[in-house]
Amino acid sequence: METFLLFISAIFVNNIVLAQYLGNCPYLGCSKEKGVAFGMGAAVIFVTIMATLFTYLIQAHVLVPFHLGYLQTIVFILVIAALVQFVEMFLKKMVPPLYKSLGIFLPLITTNCAVLGVAILVQRKEYDLVTSLLYSVAAAAGFLLALILMAGIRERFEVTRIPRSMRGVPIGLVMAGLMSLAFMAFKGMIA
Amino acid sequence: MITASVVTLFSLGFVSAGVLAIASKVLYVEEDPRIEVVTEALPGANCGGCGFAGCEAYAAAVINDPDMPPNKCCAGGPDVAARVAELTGKAAGDSDPMVAFRRCVKVEGKVAKKFEYFGIMSCAAAKMVQDGPDACKYSCLGFGDCVRACPFDAMWIEGDLVHISPEKCTSCGSCVRTCPNSILELIPRRSRVMVFCSSQDKGKAVKDVCEAGCISCGACIKKCPAQCISMVDERIHIDHKACLAYGPSCEEVCVEKCPRDILRCLNPDMISAAPETEPARYPEESHVADLQA
Repeated sequence: METFLLFISAIFVNNIVLAQYLGNCPYLGCSKEKGVAFGMGAAVIFVTIMATLFTYLIQAHVLVPFHLGYLQTIVFILVIAALVQFVEMFLKKMVPPLYKSLGIFLPLITTNCAVLGVAILVQRKEYDLVTSLLYSVAAAAGFLLALILMAGIRERFEVTRIPRSMRGVPIGLVMAGLMSLAFMAFKGMIA
Repeated sequence: MITASVVTLFSLGFVSAGVLAIASKVLYVEEDPRIEVVTEALPGANCGGCGFAGCEAYAAAVINDPDMPPNKCCAGGPDVAARVAELTGKAAGDSDPMVAFRRCVKVEGKVAKKFEYFGIMSCAAAKMVQDGPDACKYSCLGFGDCVRACPFDAMWIEGDLVHISPEKCTSCGSCVRTCPNSILELIPRRSRVMVFCSSQDKGKAVKDVCEAGCISCGACIKKCPAQCISMVDERIHIDHKACLAYGPSCEEVCVEKCPRDILRCLNPDMISAAPETEPARYPEESHVADLQA
C-alpha cells in the first residue's frame, strides 16, 4: 500500500514536471513527436534510477560521514554528469540497439534538473535506499507521462488553426500551464 | 573545513575522471574512418533514395557490406558512384539513371471536380475526404505533398498538376513515397513508352470521369512481342528493363494499339510511327520533351 501510494503520489499528485516544475527544458524541447518523447522519457527513467543509486551511496558514505552536506548540489551534478557520460559509452559498446534508440538523448539528460531534483528530493525526504529507487522510478515515469501527453497534444497542434503569433513555443507554454492546472486537481489527495 | 571540502571534491572529480578515462579506453568502439570520408563524398541531402536512413547510414553500409554496390546514391549519380567506388575499392558498375514520372493527365482528360475542397492544403488530407475532390480517385490531387517532399526543388504545381524538372530530378524517390495516390513512379530516363494514367478502374468507370484515362483493356499486354507489359496492382505495368532490352524492332506496337492513346512514346525520335503532334499536344509535359534529349 505504501509503495502504491508512493507511485500515485509521484506520478500524478506531485508530478515532477507539472507540479514541481522540474525538467521543463526537455519537457518543451522533446515533446514534438510521440516517438521522440517516448525515447527521451525512457532514457530519463534509466538515468534517474542510476543517478539516484549513485548519489544515495555517495551521500551516505562520503558526504554524511565527513559532514559535507553543503556540498550536496555540486557533488551530485558532478556525479550525474560523469555517470551519464559513462552510461553513454557503456551502451555504445555493450548494447548498441539501446544506444541507437536512447543515444541522442543521453547527453541532453546530463543537465536535466529533473534527474538532479529526484536525487536531492529523496535526500530531503530521508527515504531509505529501496524507497529512493522506487521513488526515482515513479518520478521518472511521471516525467514520461507528462512528456507523452504533451507530445500527443502538440501533434494535434500541427493540424489546428492557431493564430500566427501563437504558433510554436508560445502555444506550447500556454498548453504546459493548462496541463499543470489540470494536474493541480490531484493536489491534496495524497501528501 | 575548507580543506575537507576541497579534498573531497578533488578526489571525487579525480575518481570520476579516472573512471571515464579508463572507460573511454575499455569501451572504445572502433569506427571506420572511411565512413566519414565516404559520407563527405555523398551529397548529404539525406533523401533516403538509396534505401537507407541517411547518407551516413549508406556510407556505413557500403563500407561494411562487401555486397553493397557503390552506385546506390541516385542523387549523386555516376560522379558520386565513381568517387564512392574509388574510396571503397569496389567496381562502380552501370547505374541506369532514373527520373520521376507523373502517371496522370487529368487536365487533358477533363476530370471534373466532385466538390470544392476547403480543408488542409495537402494531398494526404484531401485524399481522406471522399477520396479527394477529383471525380477520378486515382488522379494527381495537386496539393503538392510531393513538392514539399522533394529535397532537390525539382517539382512544382501548375494547373492542378505536379510537374517534374528532369534536370533537377535525382530519382531519390521521396515524392514516390509521399504521393497518396501512387501516381508518381521512377522510370529509366531512356524509357521508350509509358502509361500516362494510374487508374485502377476498368472500362466505363474510367470513361465516365476522364476522357483520356487507361481503361485496362489489355490490348498492349496482348500485342507486346517482348511480353514486358502486365497488370500489376490493377494497372498497366511496363517492365522497362525488358522493354529496353528488346529494342525498337517492335516499332512500339503497344502505342499503336492503345485505343485510348494513353500509352505513349517518351522518345518519338526513335521511331517514325510516333504521333507527330505529340509534343505539341502536351506542351506542359516538359519532362517528356526533355526525355527525348
